[in-house]
Amino acid sequence: MFGYYLDLALRSLKRNKVLTALMVLAIALGIGTSMTTLTVMHVLSGDPIPGKSAQLFRVRMNVYPDDSFRQGDKVPDNLTRRDAEALLLAGQADRQAAMSAGAMVVVSAKGEPLRVATRYTGADFFPMFDAPMRYGAAWRREDDAGRARVAVISDALNEQLFGGADSVGQTLRVGDQSLRIVGVLGDWSMNPRFYDLSNGQFGDSEQVFVPLSTALDLKLSTSGSTSCWGNAPDPRAADAPCIWLQYWAELGTPAKAAAYRQYLQNYIALQQQGGRFTHDGQAGLLDVMQWLDAKGVVPADVRLQTWLALGFLGICLLNTVGLLLAKFLRRSGEIGVRRALGASRRAIFVQCLVEAGVVGIAGGAFGLALAALGLVLVRHQPTDYGAYVHMDLRMLLATFVLALASSLLAGLLPAWRAMHVAPAVALKSN
Amino acid sequence: MDIVPILSTLRRHKTTALLVVLEIALTCAIVCNAVFLISNRLERMKMPGGVAQHELIMVQAASIGQQADAKARAREDLALLRQIPGVTAAALVNEVPFTNSSWNTSIKLDPKQKLATLNATQYYGENLLQTFGTRLVAGRYFRDDEYMDFADIRNNEELQAKVGSIVITQGLAEKLWPGQSPLGRSIYLGDSSVRVIGVVAGLIRPSLFNGDASAQWSMVFPLRMDTGNASRYVLRSAPAERERVLAAAAAALRKADPHRVILDKKTLDELRDDFFQGDRSMAGLMLGVCVALLVVTALGIVGLGSFWVAQRRRTIGVRRALGATRGNILHYFQTENFLLATIGIALGMVLAYGINLFLMVHYELPRLPAFYLPVGAAVLWLIGQAAVLGPALRAAAVPPVVATRSV
Repeated sequence: MFGYYLDLALRSLKRNKVLTALMVLAIALGIGTSMTTLTVMHVLSGDPIPGKSAQLFRVRMNVYPDDSFRQGDKVPDNLTRRDAEALLLAGQADRQAAMSAGAMVVVSAKGEPLRVATRYTGADFFPMFDAPMRYGAAWRREDDAGRARVAVISDALNEQLFGGADSVGQTLRVGDQSLRIVGVLGDWSMNPRFYDLSNGQFGDSEQVFVPLSTALDLKLSTSGSTSCWGNAPDPRAADAPCIWLQYWAELGTPAKAAAYRQYLQNYIALQQQGGRFTHDGQAGLLDVMQWLDAKGVVPADVRLQTWLALGFLGICLLNTVGLLLAKFLRRSGEIGVRRALGASRRAIFVQCLVEAGVVGIAGGAFGLALAALGLVLVRHQPTDYGAYVHMDLRMLLATFVLALASSLLAGLLPAWRAMHVAPAVALKSN
Repeated sequence: MDIVPILSTLRRHKTTALLVVLEIALTCAIVCNAVFLISNRLERMKMPGGVAQHELIMVQAASIGQQADAKARAREDLALLRQIPGVTAAALVNEVPFTNSSWNTSIKLDPKQKLATLNATQYYGENLLQTFGTRLVAGRYFRDDEYMDFADIRNNEELQAKVGSIVITQGLAEKLWPGQSPLGRSIYLGDSSVRVIGVVAGLIRPSLFNGDASAQWSMVFPLRMDTGNASRYVLRSAPAERERVLAAAAAALRKADPHRVILDKKTLDELRDDFFQGDRSMAGLMLGVCVALLVVTALGIVGLGSFWVAQRRRTIGVRRALGATRGNILHYFQTENFLLATIGIALGMVLAYGINLFLMVHYELPRLPAFYLPVGAAVLWLIGQAAVLGPALRAAAVPPVVATRSV
């Protein structure tokens, strides 16, 4: 039966090419713009580390002195060095790392200076964020404590400096200092780069990783947001009143997360008793998706574009409803004949919906082409996320599901009206 | 034209009439808001910088490791840059307009104040104002003997207290002391205070991270930077010379210190273009969607109009046979469309205000100016009339003889 309806639908669509083209075009335009913006949303709001995003937590606390503390302010994202080191020493989480971004100039084998982005962190960073090693291994926790002059470099930098060969044991020259390479990262990129959203939310991972203790020892330059209260001649000093270190903890089970929250509360209470401040203090954990949400990784413009596109799709659908209604009712006579020959109302309804569905599938296919074009335009925008916007299989399927669903939705009312055409009246007026 | 018969006809085609009305209403609401968004973005892109926009270039350079002779290096660099033919001024500065790196601090008007008055940006660099080409509206610029080295005062509270003077923008002055002269007044930064000695017409702050309302809250300090704490060289030259000067400056800096990486070199026009790129593409996208929306709506009206004409062929024939002229039939369809468009527009206006309220709450957009509504209405009426013209002419062409035939 379905085959017959399909045949009828195709015949009917062929009969009035202009009207058909109008409907397909309307659906295609609506689907094309919607899918372009939805794909951008999908990429921006995606889970960068599926399977682990609920176990990784950003640790935040508010330990401002009384004269800088404002009730109702947001909890600062970063920690002071004093607090970060206290938490690291306690080691209450499964894994934990304090970190900061930075930049350094390394000298290539040919003597050319090369500016590279760096991350100063701890040994736990690599297993915590599932960073695979191509050669060698990450440094050990003892290296953090011993301020070892070691580094892990990215695959890309290894390619640039050593032509892709196993460079473990080689030396990385940084100004008048040198670091021993202990590991080369494999293919690893986190987009959005959730572990540090302050230096570009999308992009390649850093090229050089150095223990935080070593970086502080060598006074390597850091970047990212630092905010201080009181006089802070050296914001990186161990007791500086500055918040600048990012802190992540891995807590494998909800029970562990609850216990860690309690630990943080106790820590804050201890600080209060110690006389650092008299207010209640704040401490909290945010898992990866909560963290991304709190930092507003999806730009307001993209949300606005999505609303606009969905509104556009709505108007295109209204348009399709009108045109389908026109088309079906124009065929009242034909429908009357079919009803008179014994077709049930249900049969007419299904036949009309099949025709709407065919329009939807055609609109979806054409809309997919428009969305592909739209995504090319998005990639050519100088946004940091542009390069990562691609349509995956799920969005491809979603395109056809959306197209089919919306055309069927648009077809409901016209099909309902067509099904109620009275055969006698239709035949008489013929 | 009598509209009673039109209304009675429409009453018998409620669904289709409602569809046209809804489509026009939604289009009206979305197009009004989209055009408003576009005009906001275009307005934002015109934001004044307060500097010699077409005469400035920036070169950013980074050196390896710590430098012992950073002050001498900076002096030497600037001397080399000033020697480039065509360069009229050069400065080593901590931040540059239309980039995303900025130094900011919160300031107080009274040291006993518990909470800061506001957060403003801090521009540092010898000769910065003269190089940027800001316009002095009151007071004076810094004298040569007022400058101190940022490297020296950085870790020295005693010296910090000696930085006595500051130049601010008119916008900041107006915010801090509305209607009063800012000259000679004090601003408190932490424990030390500075006195305003000059006011410039404008100087935009880099990375408008605190929103556009604070775009002009800038302060300039008499502090000299060196290559250890600043990396951005700003040069001024005639607009036509800029590309050549840019290349020459990068070459000169590399030659002076081969262990240096040129991170960025751009004219201020390029930086400005990049800075507002997001607004430009948003406006472009909105414009595209608006045009597509109007086209889709017009095509919808054409489609439904044709359907109605085909459906009423017989009626039209009867009317023609009973003496109605072609003009009468044409006007009938035009009036019908006008009526539907009017209802749609009325509904659309309410919807437009609703959407605008939503945007005001969630996207900090201003209120939709009232004049958008009549303009939007006129556009939709015109589009409606243009779209219905084809079907209406076809209706007018129906010969009276149709009435006598069975279709």
